[in-house]
Amino acid sequence: MTTAEKISGHISRRHVLTGSLAGGFLLAFHLPLRATNEPVQPPDVTEGKFAPNAFIRIDTAGKTTLIMPQVEMGQGTYTSIPMILAEELDADFSQVMLEHAPPSDKIYGNPMFGIQATGNSNSVRAWWTPLRTTAASARAMLVQAAAKQWQVDPSSCTTASSEVIHAASGRRLSYGALALAASSEVPPKNVPLKDPKDFVLIGKPLKRLDTPDKVNGKVIYGIDAMLPGMKFATLARCPVFGGKVAKVDDSAARKILGVQKIVVLDDLVAVVGDHMWAAKKGLEALVIDWDEGPNARINSKDIWQDLRAASEKDGAVAKTRGDIAKGLATGEKFEASYELPFLAHATMEPVNATVHLKPDSLEIWTGTQVMTRVQSEAAKAAGLPVDKVIVNQHLLGGGFGRKLEPDMVVAAVRIAKQVDGPVKVLWTREEDMQHDVYRPAYRDTIAASLSGGKIVGWKYRVSGSSVMARWFPPGFQKGVDIDGVDSAIDMPYEIPNFHVEFQRVEPPAVPTGFWRGVGPNNNVFAIECFMDELARKAGKDPIAFRRDMLTTQPRFLAAIDLVAEKSNWGQPLPPRVGRGICVQPSFASFIATVVEAEVDEQGEVRLRRITSAVDTGIAVNPDTVRAQLEGGLIFGLTAALYGEITIDKGRVQQSNFNDYRMLRINQTPKIDIHVMKSGEAPGGIGETGAAAGPPALRNAIYAATGVALRRLPIDRALIAGGKKA
Amino acid sequence: MSPAARIIGSVAVIGVVVVAGAVWFIRGPGPLAFADGPRVALADYKGADPTGVPAELAKANIVERGAYLAKAADCMVCHTTAGGKEYAGGLGFKLPFGTLYSTNITPDKETGIGNYSDRDFLNALHRGTRRDGARLYPAMPFTSYTYISDADALAIKAYLFSLPPVRAAAPQNTLMFPFNQRWAMTFWSVVFNPDTRFEPDSSKSPEWNRGAYLAEALAHCGECHTPRNLAFALDNRRKFGGALTAGWRAFNISSDKATGVGAWRDEDLVSYLSTGHAAGHGTASGPMGEAVDHSFSQFAPQDIRALVAFLRSVPPTASADLPATLAPPAPASHKDGGGIADSRGKLVFEGACVSCHGWTGQSPISPFATLTGAWAVNDPSATNVAQIVISGTKRHAPEGVISMPAFGNAYSDIEIAAVANYVTARFGSKGSSMTAQDVAELRKQTAQ
Amino acid sequence: MIKLTINGEPKSFDVPSDMPLLWVLRDVLGMTGTKFGCGIAQCGACTVHVEGKPVRSCMLPVGAVHDRPVTTIEGIGASPAGAKIQKAWLDLEVIQCGYCQSGQIMSAAALLASTPNPDDSDIDAAMAGNICRCGTYVRIRAAIKHAASQRQS
Ligand code: FES
Ligand code: FES
Repeated sequence: MTTAEKISGHISRRHVLTGSLAGGFLLAFHLPLRATNEPVQPPDVTEGKFAPNAFIRIDTAGKTTLIMPQVEMGQGTYTSIPMILAEELDADFSQVMLEHAPPSDKIYGNPMFGIQATGNSNSVRAWWTPLRTTAASARAMLVQAAAKQWQVDPSSCTTASSEVIHAASGRRLSYGALALAASSEVPPKNVPLKDPKDFVLIGKPLKRLDTPDKVNGKVIYGIDAMLPGMKFATLARCPVFGGKVAKVDDSAARKILGVQKIVVLDDLVAVVGDHMWAAKKGLEALVIDWDEGPNARINSKDIWQDLRAASEKDGAVAKTRGDIAKGLATGEKFEASYELPFLAHATMEPVNATVHLKPDSLEIWTGTQVMTRVQSEAAKAAGLPVDKVIVNQHLLGGGFGRKLEPDMVVAAVRIAKQVDGPVKVLWTREEDMQHDVYRPAYRDTIAASLSGGKIVGWKYRVSGSSVMARWFPPGFQKGVDIDGVDSAIDMPYEIPNFHVEFQRVEPPAVPTGFWRGVGPNNNVFAIECFMDELARKAGKDPIAFRRDMLTTQPRFLAAIDLVAEKSNWGQPLPPRVGRGICVQPSFASFIATVVEAEVDEQGEVRLRRITSAVDTGIAVNPDTVRAQLEGGLIFGLTAALYGEITIDKGRVQQSNFNDYRMLRINQTPKIDIHVMKSGEAPGGIGETGAAAGPPALRNAIYAATGVALRRLPIDRALIAGGKKA
Repeated sequence: MSPAARIIGSVAVIGVVVVAGAVWFIRGPGPLAFADGPRVALADYKGADPTGVPAELAKANIVERGAYLAKAADCMVCHTTAGGKEYAGGLGFKLPFGTLYSTNITPDKETGIGNYSDRDFLNALHRGTRRDGARLYPAMPFTSYTYISDADALAIKAYLFSLPPVRAAAPQNTLMFPFNQRWAMTFWSVVFNPDTRFEPDSSKSPEWNRGAYLAEALAHCGECHTPRNLAFALDNRRKFGGALTAGWRAFNISSDKATGVGAWRDEDLVSYLSTGHAAGHGTASGPMGEAVDHSFSQFAPQDIRALVAFLRSVPPTASADLPATLAPPAPASHKDGGGIADSRGKLVFEGACVSCHGWTGQSPISPFATLTGAWAVNDPSATNVAQIVISGTKRHAPEGVISMPAFGNAYSDIEIAAVANYVTARFGSKGSSMTAQDVAELRKQTAQ
Repeated sequence: MIKLTINGEPKSFDVPSDMPLLWVLRDVLGMTGTKFGCGIAQCGACTVHVEGKPVRSCMLPVGAVHDRPVTTIEGIGASPAGAKIQKAWLDLEVIQCGYCQSGQIMSAAALLASTPNPDDSDIDAAMAGNICRCGTYVRIRAAIKHAASQRQS
């Protein structure tokens, strides 16, 4: 089945029902988000409605409900996806309602993954053509219905703002009026899509549909689920990875007012109470003896030592072109290696799940990036068939890849087995940070040769864990993790002899997963840092050096030229202030970023200014594109300045924002994002800033101090005054 | 006698006199010498017995009495690591010449004190001698514990022996030469350990004597609050005048009005000791915070009052480096008041600190987090401010636990120095000028 | 029984007095607009107003509130500064995931109420305690200035 077929067929009655039962909530433009915590009542979609496919429903009153396959975690997809649908449907955007899709890989699977996942900055990219086709086909059915009524040729009709118009006769019919008639139309084959120059919604900075109720406290995240009779629980796992519960003394905890139950499982202990406070105090009052197991001796030092050793060995070849041996033997050869640490996600909404387990069913309220996976893993944990598990999808208080994992739901279900009625399991920030699924630690080694001011040989090896091998095995083949080499195998520079390898090195016991920017946040860093070092060796300006190897890349050249102009590249700066550039191909966007930063004599870094030029193809909502880059840059720069999870005695040493720092508003500089006009298909944007910030900052520091940092986070001691590379 | 022998003889005599004089001088007065009253043996004292447990526990069994006394002597704090088993030892004391580890005092026979006889225990407590004859370092405050009565000491032993034995060998000390030579402590002890039990002062009230016993024998206040001489022994000429201990400043608790506790009201002292906080005087943290949590907060009210009565009698010693007046609350606007010049300190403060401490220094969350009036922020060395920033603090306030997280692992020495300088300038009467090196130094001194 | 006035309405409930106001609001009263982010006064997600001043409710024992009125994100729109801030947040499309924004808005509303024309340093002083993991800081700054520039509606 092709993607288009997968999503354009009629939604079955059962799916519609499942969808409405499980649907999280409705969003309406100008209408408040549902302010209630109860599940949505199923709208009557079985009759009196035009439901041409799994994504569009128009009732006789003209209300248009769009079903959202992708989850909203701040990236604006609840606005950009409806914009795409409404554009080709010619729907009145002010009448559009949203509903989150129920779990179904078959119907709502991300066309790029084949499963219902939101990630990899691909919501718009993946759904661009399928949804346009879907909506265009629905629009054609409405037109056919109107034309039939008017006895005119469908091609003489136009549509706008939820109406079919026959200009010649001045007749108009609203979509609502046509809903029933359209239902019996046969969807046409090969409907033409709009010419982008005719877009009325796409390309406009429309207001987001999800934000009005985010300013008044009405919006409901997973953490806000409230059910009658609900209990509250919080949990502790062994601080040592993989450790087990040995013994629990709960005598003090039981005495705490509001504590209802102590749940002891083999690998975790939870306290269930009347509210989080009772649960938390109860947990603190437990005396837990842990069986720390074999991992109690692992530490960061050894992990790095092993990774360094492994990274010196040959890896699996991901891509090769030209003759790398000859290439590296030509001209002058340089080598370097770059290291990136484990990182936590620290989504602002701590990890949580609310579940109600009954003997024959399970209902879940949570915000997840992987609805179907949550459903199937929860079913497994509960020992129930998948169709007995209802997942209510909520807005996410940040995802960043953390919610591509279903572990929090599985834990909640296991706890719920000992609880009557619904229970909300909320992790403390400390638990969230110490039992995350971390961005892997990576070591990247590069050898390159320069001749005539250009790179003639480039050998690059990524070493680190393979997230794909665990999370999506088809993405790990012949020793290469396709995400792990993203932006490395497709780096844009014209290099005749080119070779990229992947070396899978799994750390002992530390769980690793996707983190905003995924593979590119590692590769873009190493590549762009080394580019600056090579530029210096070649005696060239970093931008000129790059431009000379991008002669066939007009989109990159345009972005670079724009960012150079807007950032005052080349203009004089005070001492110890530098500008650094990053050019990246990730997620099919073409982005150039300049960070301007100051390094004081003591090695403290101050961000002065950030400028980005982005060609992301057609920017569905340019304001969202800007917002995502602004936020992504802050996210990446936070990691560059502070981010590192370290391990000692098998435990994560960071715990909360006091020791895992976040960039704050008083450290945030002016950020200018220039979204470039383009008629190309949209690229991805949500993670690009996270990949752009660190290398651009590092290169600014390089320019300011002459010190070539090769490891993150930034080591202030290395860049304090007087030090030179 | 030949002239040569005579010369040698007189040199020897002069030598002995000089050494004796030097010893007498270095050793200085005893901890209760200031009281200057007639001392009587405990058995001969007419007033209520200043030793033992409060009246309500008088009938309790020896283990319960021992438990109270062990808390009063604050044994656990030094003999327990963070997150470790109670009394199992292993806590490191970072000294300039290496690290000392506390020992396991659970009744485990191999790694603890399970084989100690009463005599062995008294030898350790009173004389600083281990069961195997080796000398203890004075990190173990045996020069104070030596004043504990035998009965009380044995009650503590009975309590310790009632605990579950924990197998835990303390890590090896890492002292460098010559400090790793335990035998040298013999001489130290001869000079500095009086090896006498508490003797009441018959001219003072029973309450005072009880306070003296609690303060000197059990709570060993002077170990932190009395400055030390060159030989690392307490210099009671400046009794309770304040000192730097384990990287924290133990403030002046003599009755000096300006820089000691002479101007504190009795109820302030009572509140500070029993809750770790007194309105307008700040909140205990660091080692004093631990002493409150594990020791003073468990004292019977009359014992707290006795301590206060005793404290009041300690003669004033001024701390020359502390300001004579404490700063009032800072202005409500971030733009006014001291400290505005330190932009890096302000950057840290407005991000991580102001939510709890407020721009005025008066906490919107808890009086325990109020900075105004605290010695820590009025101390121009900023030692304790920096330490609290590094390692955080946690108090059990009457309205619940109130804690400040540790920032030391994520904030640089430069930032910590900057925020300490900002805080002392804004909330104290004289700003500090701490450097990143100072912070690095403090980190080294802090006990594990 | 503890009695509080929240958003102008009297509320009473039976909880331990050391319970932070945050959990009373969220778990006892079901007012989930106020968010939990860190529990240690480092992120600002839980910010409410007590007598008009911004306070971190995750650390504030409910027993310490006494008879001082509490305002939460659910009620801040009723104050002129709160309404202006909410509008500016939407006008400038500040919000991404939105999870931190209850706290951001409460901090910003308190700032605007006390400092009608805040400069950059005022914004830093009032807002640096609020973390936004989505990185909306540049828009927060712009929106506060935008709100300050709007005439009283
Ligand atoms: S939850 Fe209160 S400040 Fe973070
Ligand atoms: S908007 Fe997501 S944390 Fe601020």
